[in-house]
Amino acid sequence: MDDLLREFLTESGEHLDTVDAELVRFEQDPNNETILRNIFRLVHTIKGTCGFLGLPRLEALAHAAETLMGRFRDGLPATSASVTLILLTLDRLKEILADLEATGTEPSGSDDDLISALERMAEGTPEASQPAAPARPPEPVLPDPVVRELKPGEVSLDDLEAAFLAAPGPDESDFAAPPPVAAAAPVSAPAPKADSQSAPAPVETAEVEPARAEKAEGGTEGEATPGETTAAAKNNQTIRVSVDTLEHLMTMVSELVLTRNQLLEIARRHEDSSYKVPLQRLSHVTAELQDGVMKTRMQPIGNAWQKLPRVVRDLSAELGKQIDLVMVGAETELDRQVLEVIKDPLTHMVRNSADHGLESTADRVAAGKPARGTIRLAAYHEGGTITIEIADDGKGLNLAAIRQKAVQRGLASQADVDRMTDAQVAKFIFDAGFSTAAAVTSVSGRGVGMDVVKTNIETIGGLIDIATTAGRGTTFTIKIPLTLAIVAALIVRAGEHRFALPQVAVLELVRVDAGAQRVERINGAPVLRLRERLLPIVSLTGLLGQNAAGTETEQAGFVVVAQVGRERFGILVDEVFHTEEIVVKPMSVKLRHIPMFAGNTILGDGAVVLIVDPNGVARQVAQGVQGSGGHADADDDEANEVADSKTTLLVFKGGQGSFKAVPLSLVTRLEEIECAKVEQLGGRALIQYRGRLMPLVPADPAITIKSEGTQALVVFSDGDRAMGLVVDEIVDIVEERLDIEIAADRSDLIGSAVLRGRATDIINIAHFLPLAYDDWARGLKRPEQLTKVLLVDDSAFFRDMLTPVLKAAGYQVVTAASAEAALNTLQSDPVIEVVVTDLEMPGRSGFDLVAAMRRAEPRLAALPVIGLTGAIGADAVERARILAIADLVAKFDRAGLISALAELSAETVSKAA
Amino acid sequence: MQAANANATGAQANGATTNGVETGATDDFVTVFVGETLFGLAIERVHDVFVPSGVTPVPLAPAEIVGLLNLRGRVVTAMSLRRRLGLPDAPDEADGSKANPKMAIGLEQAGETFALVVDGVGEVLKLGADSREAVPINLDPRFRNLAICVHRLDGRLLVILDVDALLGFTPAGAKAA
Repeated sequence: MDDLLREFLTESGEHLDTVDAELVRFEQDPNNETILRNIFRLVHTIKGTCGFLGLPRLEALAHAAETLMGRFRDGLPATSASVTLILLTLDRLKEILADLEATGTEPSGSDDDLISALERMAEGTPEASQPAAPARPPEPVLPDPVVRELKPGEVSLDDLEAAFLAAPGPDESDFAAPPPVAAAAPVSAPAPKADSQSAPAPVETAEVEPARAEKAEGGTEGEATPGETTAAAKNNQTIRVSVDTLEHLMTMVSELVLTRNQLLEIARRHEDSSYKVPLQRLSHVTAELQDGVMKTRMQPIGNAWQKLPRVVRDLSAELGKQIDLVMVGAETELDRQVLEVIKDPLTHMVRNSADHGLESTADRVAAGKPARGTIRLAAYHEGGTITIEIADDGKGLNLAAIRQKAVQRGLASQADVDRMTDAQVAKFIFDAGFSTAAAVTSVSGRGVGMDVVKTNIETIGGLIDIATTAGRGTTFTIKIPLTLAIVAALIVRAGEHRFALPQVAVLELVRVDAGAQRVERINGAPVLRLRERLLPIVSLTGLLGQNAAGTETEQAGFVVVAQVGRERFGILVDEVFHTEEIVVKPMSVKLRHIPMFAGNTILGDGAVVLIVDPNGVARQVAQGVQGSGGHADADDDEANEVADSKTTLLVFKGGQGSFKAVPLSLVTRLEEIECAKVEQLGGRALIQYRGRLMPLVPADPAITIKSEGTQALVVFSDGDRAMGLVVDEIVDIVEERLDIEIAADRSDLIGSAVLRGRATDIINIAHFLPLAYDDWARGLKRPEQLTKVLLVDDSAFFRDMLTPVLKAAGYQVVTAASAEAALNTLQSDPVIEVVVTDLEMPGRSGFDLVAAMRRAEPRLAALPVIGLTGAIGADAVERARILAIADLVAKFDRAGLISALAELSAETVSKAA
Repeated sequence: MQAANANATGAQANGATTNGVETGATDDFVTVFVGETLFGLAIERVHDVFVPSGVTPVPLAPAEIVGLLNLRGRVVTAMSLRRRLGLPDAPDEADGSKANPKMAIGLEQAGETFALVVDGVGEVLKLGADSREAVPINLDPRFRNLAICVHRLDGRLLVILDVDALLGFTPAGAKAA
């Protein structure tokens, strides 16, 4: 692809984006001559260049669109239908451009459909007498060469127009600035002829004067009013630089900064230096250079907003709502890397506001609000951060529904929810899959995807907040750092090494010792009392698996109180040094899988330190990996077992007020359905769920499906099948150590356990699945051969839970409760092909079992093994690798286990072949 | 095998000497040793030879990775050739976890710089096809997967390593994480 074509592609892409936005503005303000002219010029440029480059398809389309726009100029009212048609044409142009970019040639195909529609639209009006005429007048207005030379100053026409209107003219009226335009602009619609004649006039006359000045200045041509000269000249003095060049510059400057830091460090140690002064100068120059290069990476946030007017327009048509999009501060600049990350979240949020935030027009009128809803986007700088607000004047969040849903989903207890402030409650919408709408219908609601938005923003160290007022609207506030390349970080020591902690996540530092401020333990999990609140603590050394000095460091050190999202936690470190502006360097591809690090950097003294990722730490804190690690198993094995066998259970009422529970990991969704929607087919209850029929099975014979009101369901699914378990009421979600006390005599129950002081039956899902689908457990998927799997787990619960899962996937299953039993079974049963074992078992662990197998006779030594583990840590991975364990799967990850097994058998088959 | 490239660019093999005569198609190799074994690396791939210092270990990293180090303002991932070949760490460092490598070779792959930590660096050899042999099949698979060929030298053998295969390992924890 030659340079010319590449430049054309970049430029046309930008033009089309501008036209998109402008067209939407034009539709709302059809009398605005400026906008129309701008659109016209851009499309015309594209057309002209296409002709020049020999791209007939693009040219024909652009021409047809231009023709129709020419009719607008001549006074054809810009209807929604015609604007839609032009927008469609623009989409087609973009498609062709994308193809062109990919292949280097214009794709074949026909655009007759659009072209003829455009022509019909252009002709199908009272003034259709001269269909070809409107296409021509514009050409003399701004002939090709002029337009093309104007490239860098695209906006100048617009600016010019604005300047015209704003400039104090001979008349007192703003509109009357230069006579020809004053006459044309407001009257343009009724007087098309006069307009097309007079429009070029002011432009040309305006050009005369500054043209000389401009030639002298920049050697470029352009039109501008005297007042606009400097701005236009500046515009014309921009050049395109490839992003790679800038990135490279940025890297070099970063390295320069590091070198300077090193020099300064050295200078600090040598008193007598004569090079202090030049070094100072170097320091200043470097700082300025860094600033300068950072600036080149800055882009106005408007670039990320460009597509939004179109999005809102399309949505407003689709939803039948009238929506105004107001954008303030589009010129606010931020780093292009940041811009890329927030682009999609912003679009998503604006969509959300339009879709769910704003009420329908009828509702708005009924509520006494203006019929047109408004979405306001604002961006401004605030300290070292940039703040973006997305506000709608809709109905506000339904906080009551969110509270209810939060309790239902087990995110918080009723008491907690009642205590929470509205702002805290609103934040629940950022939880994955949280949707208040789903309680009633299966249509997705606000909240779907908000977790993704939040994650995206948090990955760049940003914060997101919501303020909502019932009936008045919702405002999302996003605060993001200006740049990602350089951050302020706290340098700390943990164990032997130093680490950098990004300061955005740090709230405060607390010194801890054996005295008043000390770290206490609950079942091995360290916590700190901080202003009458308990703060979970993780030790950085423990987190990074360098546990050697674990116990003593927790006696004295510093707790870095950090906040990520709603999560507040303390990171225990041994020493805190200072803060430093560090240049973030990405981790090597070989190390990028370690969630604990966000990158690395070189400190002033030349040492490389790792940057700890607060998000990664937060995830580890939540998983409690560290709490049960190290100390617990050092103390006693039993504690270890306790920590490992904690299970999250969904508790519900099922039949005669009794409490039942099922592992939450098996549950796909919780639903509340309207009883009227339950249908009876062949004696079975069914409901239409997500476009399919889903059988409903009562959790207890004593439960009957209600005939009115709503019915609570627990949905289980496997592949594309789903089953609704009918329950009386969903009570709670508890995370407790599971001790199944009485092995029940019923096939629908695994046994019962005491949960939160209540006797609770644990139901056996394997009993219910075949009730919904006769063939669920028959393993239709792999009828040809039944691989025999040995499942080793000390917990009867897991054996009972996984056996049906494996059977359903088409495996024959034998179980063993300990490593010894497993070895016996393996020796006596030669058909076993795969071993699935829990790695953390009391007594001989899964690792011991595998080690024993590897030492045994060749048949056992070669058996593939899949390890189940509560926490996949680096050392587990390492041990697994040494023992040639084929795969590690998290304990509750049924899908992962099945796919690991499938992968194994695929391998064996290919080996045999 | 790459074509002969006698005046390879980017080769800054400090302290290494070039010998050999221009006879037909030859390739240049930087020789390094690990224990008693001599290895060769294509000279076009070698950017630097340096003494690694100030290595920052990376917790939770794959065993092959010794840590990160600062090479003239660039952060470089240091990898131990010993560990990569499944050999134990050198005796003087086997006791503690902190490795104190003697020499490192700067290699580049996909725009990233790696430091291959070896026991020592020898001279640059110019070798022709006449001394080249296929990799013996009875070699340890870890060696076999990383070696391209073997050259018969006077009194010893030179195993030519495939730089891409050497750097091509996937992080062990990636799948599980």
